[in-house]
Amino acid sequence: MNFQLSDEQRQIKEMVHDLCLERVEPRAAEIDEAGEFPWDIKKLFQEHDILGIPFPPGYDGVSGSALTLVLAMEEIARFCVTSSLILGVQSLGSLPITLGGTEEQKRAFLPPLARGERLAAYALTEPGSGSDAGGMRTRAIKHGDTYVLNGSKTFITGGSVADTIVVFARTDQDGDTPARHISAFIVEKDMPGFKVGKLEKKLGIRGSPTAQLFFEDMAVPVRNLLGQEGKGFQLAMRVLDHSRPGIAAQALGIAEGAFDVARRYARERRQFGKPIAEFEGIQFMLADMATQIEAARMLVYASGDALDRHLQDVRVSSSMAKLFASDVAMRVTTDAVQVLGGYGYLRDFPVERMMRDAKITQIYEGTNEIQRFVIARELLKTT
Amino acid sequence: MELALSAEHEEIRRLAREFAERDVKPRAQAIDHNHEFPQDLIDKAAALGLLGILVPEAFGGAGLDHLSFAIVIEEVARFCASTAVILDVHASVGTEPIVLFGTPEQQRRWLPPLASGKALAAFALTEPDAGSDAAHLQTVATRRNGAYVLTGTKIFITNAGHAGLYIVMAATAPGTGAAGISAFVIEATNPGLDVGPPLKKMGLNGSAITELHLDRCVVPESDRLGAEGDGFRVAMRALDSGRIGISAQAIGLAQGALDDAVGYARERKQFGKPIGELQTIQNKIADMAVKIRAARWMTWRAAARCDASEPFTTDAAMAKLFSTDMAMEVSLEALQVLGGYGYLEEYPMARRVRDAKACQIYEGTNQIQRLVIARELLKGS
Repeated sequence: MNFQLSDEQRQIKEMVHDLCLERVEPRAAEIDEAGEFPWDIKKLFQEHDILGIPFPPGYDGVSGSALTLVLAMEEIARFCVTSSLILGVQSLGSLPITLGGTEEQKRAFLPPLARGERLAAYALTEPGSGSDAGGMRTRAIKHGDTYVLNGSKTFITGGSVADTIVVFARTDQDGDTPARHISAFIVEKDMPGFKVGKLEKKLGIRGSPTAQLFFEDMAVPVRNLLGQEGKGFQLAMRVLDHSRPGIAAQALGIAEGAFDVARRYARERRQFGKPIAEFEGIQFMLADMATQIEAARMLVYASGDALDRHLQDVRVSSSMAKLFASDVAMRVTTDAVQVLGGYGYLRDFPVERMMRDAKITQIYEGTNEIQRFVIARELLKTT
Repeated sequence: MELALSAEHEEIRRLAREFAERDVKPRAQAIDHNHEFPQDLIDKAAALGLLGILVPEAFGGAGLDHLSFAIVIEEVARFCASTAVILDVHASVGTEPIVLFGTPEQQRRWLPPLASGKALAAFALTEPDAGSDAAHLQTVATRRNGAYVLTGTKIFITNAGHAGLYIVMAATAPGTGAAGISAFVIEATNPGLDVGPPLKKMGLNGSAITELHLDRCVVPESDRLGAEGDGFRVAMRALDSGRIGISAQAIGLAQGALDDAVGYARERKQFGKPIGELQTIQNKIADMAVKIRAARWMTWRAAARCDASEPFTTDAAMAKLFSTDMAMEVSLEALQVLGGYGYLEEYPMARRVRDAKACQIYEGTNQIQRLVIARELLKGS
């Protein structure tokens, strides 16, 4: 049993923390207000090799460790959740290639993503298939050496800014078994027939574009098929096992960011002649927030560690981390607003934004209801 | 970072689990119903070396770490929280102060019988008017002819009446708060020590708690633990690792409840299918499992920090707070999964709910844990 981060992990965590404190935190409110993708932050992350964290050195990346990625996500999200999604989606969109790609596909697509020259996205959800991801309607029909894709995707984080998008579609049109009729394709934004629809207006993560994508007779070369035809659903689920710790880390970071603001405020704000931090009512709130954060931290780091060491129960540990940390983020940000009282409700203070941002972590990459289902199914398995 | 038990810790877990399943499980209901102190189980635990788990090998103990201690307490608590708390109090707050603060002579004298289980230990800090405000002791120790004379009353003393020795905190400089407290080891045979009858309580029926009356109880100066005035520090340090044990107890209790709820959900059929196929039951099971796992990691981390001689007061307080609140919630939810059957004393669920409540109270109420945590969080302000 060893709870210590490696020296490299600690250094990366500190580097990301310091950089984001200096350069991202001052931008966070503007990014939210403008509701526009922060290209300056993307460039900053690219320059500091942060976008290379999800990739191993062999593909021009800097790490490839799930735990290291978790630490970086946590530190970015502490200051700006939207900015953490630039890294999060770079990981999510490239994971299908990392996990399911041939060596040739990896050599072709991963290095430009690792260098941050291109952005990735992951297109699974459709208007009619969210939690029931297997019910998708986007079709891919094989014609010679291409697959022709028709259909649409929705809720695609970064979909409007991505260059390389992994799209899931049905290759068996009559099948009713998701595990056999779905395939994954590497799509590039300049392929004819690819169109970005409207960007959604959202409660939070406003600087992160959530796009609709349309495919009209879009021809994708057979060489862009990821893994075997019909095995896309399994790949999609495996990708989520690997990506949920990142979302969990994002939630952890939000909670920590909100806690830091609340604690600072409680020390400075005076009522009844003393700092409100001296009142037990506030102290107990802070103690509960911090305890929840530490509990979440353990599950989140453990899920990253489980992935790095290829443990048996990565599916359960990832789901547990995502479920717990996102619920904690929602509770802690709500309490942080409460500690700040009326000021917490104002745009002038960051906890209002953090509370809006926290909500998404309970929803995306599998709603928390789906996480509970995943966990319970494993526990109730008769062995 | 490598979050997995070592082969050695796995082996300890296997041993403890075997003991728990073979010896503790079949006895747990009777211990509760008959309010029976489980001397038989304590003897068996002693034979396995579990009583001396934190005692160095030089004094006949197993010389194991706090992670091992947490693992053992959890496994026992899966079936019987009473037995777990008896072991916990003995091994941590009852014995550790001697390991940490005893002179070589005191260690030679007291640790071997504590390690072998010949003597059980108890820890007496709380008084009728000094609970959370533990520095406000009214038990007084007055020096007389090279000895101390102790007078006062202690309450809520786990293992009292069964213990061979008691770690007792008393004011050597009354009215000076924490700085005026000293710690003493008092043997059960001391004529000045009188143990009251077991107090009736909601749960933990196998574990006796009583009042302790000290009436001009003469304790030789050589039986003082640490320097005069060190008693509060001794007590707080003992409680820090005691909290790891209570946290582990809560986790074991919750894990036992979850295991039973899962088993029941698989078997119990309603509306033509096992209730485990109903989402509302699945949600409960998932939420219970997640909280248990989070609590376990927190507890193990606190133990690891303690073993690495790092500061762990806050970690232990957080683990205790989180795990015991969790155990209360989980035992209630697990009981709900069993419905009417859960409410019957015929099954262990009702007992778990009764037992879980104590965990939120003793070894520092959860309100005190929050104060400990907040103090650390607000340091330097």
